[in-house]
Amino acid sequence: MALLELYGLSKNFGKNQAVSDLDITVEKGQIRGLIGPNGSGKTTVFNLISGLLRPTSGKIIWQGRDITHLPPHKVARLGLARTFQLTAFFQDMTALENVIMCSHLQSGTTIWQQVWCNKKTKHKEIIIKNHALDLLDRMGIADIANERAGDLPHGHAAALGIANALAVEPQMILLDEPVGGMNPTETAETMARIKSLRDDGITVFLVEHDMKAVMTTCDVVTCINFGNKIAEGLPHEVCTHPEVMEAYLGGEVAECFL
Amino acid sequence: MRNINYSNALAFSIIPIIAVSAPFAITGYRVDVLTNLLINIILVSSFRLITTTGGWSLAHIPMMGCGAYSSALLTSSLGVPFWLSLILSAAVAGLVGLIIGFPLARTKEFSFFVASFAAGEAIRLSWMRFKFPFGGHKGLTLPPPDLFENVSWLKFADFSEAVPYYFLTLIITGLCLFIMYRIDRSRLGNTWKAIESHEDLSKSVGINCTKYKVLALGCGSFFAGVAGVLLAHRLWAIEPYQFGFTTTLYLLVWVVFGGSHTFSGPIIGVVVLTFLAELLQPLAEWVPMIFGGIIILTLIFLPNGLESLPSKLKFHVGKSS
Repeated sequence: MALLELYGLSKNFGKNQAVSDLDITVEKGQIRGLIGPNGSGKTTVFNLISGLLRPTSGKIIWQGRDITHLPPHKVARLGLARTFQLTAFFQDMTALENVIMCSHLQSGTTIWQQVWCNKKTKHKEIIIKNHALDLLDRMGIADIANERAGDLPHGHAAALGIANALAVEPQMILLDEPVGGMNPTETAETMARIKSLRDDGITVFLVEHDMKAVMTTCDVVTCINFGNKIAEGLPHEVCTHPEVMEAYLGGEVAECFL
Repeated sequence: MRNINYSNALAFSIIPIIAVSAPFAITGYRVDVLTNLLINIILVSSFRLITTTGGWSLAHIPMMGCGAYSSALLTSSLGVPFWLSLILSAAVAGLVGLIIGFPLARTKEFSFFVASFAAGEAIRLSWMRFKFPFGGHKGLTLPPPDLFENVSWLKFADFSEAVPYYFLTLIITGLCLFIMYRIDRSRLGNTWKAIESHEDLSKSVGINCTKYKVLALGCGSFFAGVAGVLLAHRLWAIEPYQFGFTTTLYLLVWVVFGGSHTFSGPIIGVVVLTFLAELLQPLAEWVPMIFGGIIILTLIFLPNGLESLPSKLKFHVGKSS
């Protein structure tokens, strides 16, 4: 079953066409990879899906519903969460406070109840706090729950970013360079976490530079360059595709055979 | 987990004692200076509520004026009792805050600055332009507050006197600070801080940022309205010039000096600078210049305001030992 469908998606920034006429279909339960060289428009695709940018033309269908022109907070409400490159967290809050904050949609309290803060509100906040601790535990970072997010090492910060997105209780999660700037050990850990997300029934759509990580984790990979789709298919098919090799100038593609 | 913060406990026990006994220790106009200080405390705290979403609204003083003007019209023209007028006028200011909030929430940083300034000036100029009902340049006069007009046994104090009015202001200030503190500590307050910290992330976890920003402006304006009502009923007369840009500058100076990251920061700023201005009374003409110097020095040496001084000192002590 198709969870997310993009039809003829285009985005122009002035004369510069960041994404042009892109068709992608993400099936439920997949780990889907989106690869491409620097500046090929991968993050723009995510910004379009999550509603932070409005497409110039094209359609975004989520579970059969047109979400092309929905604002980001409404997209999140439909169960589509995302992370951001580098900082996917609130710097001055602790890790736990971060996840509690991101459980906004699950808080179940109105603004009056929050300010009045009666027993019921306190009870609900405790439930959310416990749920947040569970999420941190699931990401393997429960031990740093009370540390300031801005001070966390890179691997933990990335895990916190995913925990934040999970707090939305999504059906699908968009990961923007989940292993960017990580060492091989951290990369392997993060990839294992991403696989466990899929095993929990969450569809994953990720953008990544690290070819090796993509090739070992993703079920289906799409490669784009200059906003155009140049190849799509199983990981080993995509990385042997001549156009992909050309786009990457060989270097990293050779690496993925290792 | 019970964690008693001793310095906080000390502050919470000593400050009320000082606040209650102060008017008996000093005389004359100084009581009015204290009353003014309390009003300004409400003002800076309400301003901080707005700054937690990331926007420094330059329309805040005109919002205070909205409260003052509403109360003047309600009490002197319609004969509404003070208490009711206090709530209604604050609500009017809050409503005006919500209305200007809709366009303002769509602007960011510098454009927010300019747009909020323009919105505030537009409101202020309309008071000058319309002789009816706002009285034009001369402004309006209003009676000293009468708590419950026809209930004689409740007339235990004459609120046209400085000391009773000080206590009235003290009670209302305490109440306002309590509510604002609760808001700041609630999920609502945290949501505002989250929006300031990372707006895109806030949006993508389902927070309607525009709604929350408008709400912050409405909330801040409500309490600014309370400050305006208290100011108007002490002065018995208001005019558009009181709510001009000079006053806004003082507000900014207090908040920059105190810092806006903690709830107490702006309050510390306004208290310290008010006492400083009182000490420098013989040099009154030089006060704005001295304040200017203080701001420059603060921005260079304490960019996060006076509130960051303890942690900075701790850091230095820790380094040297």
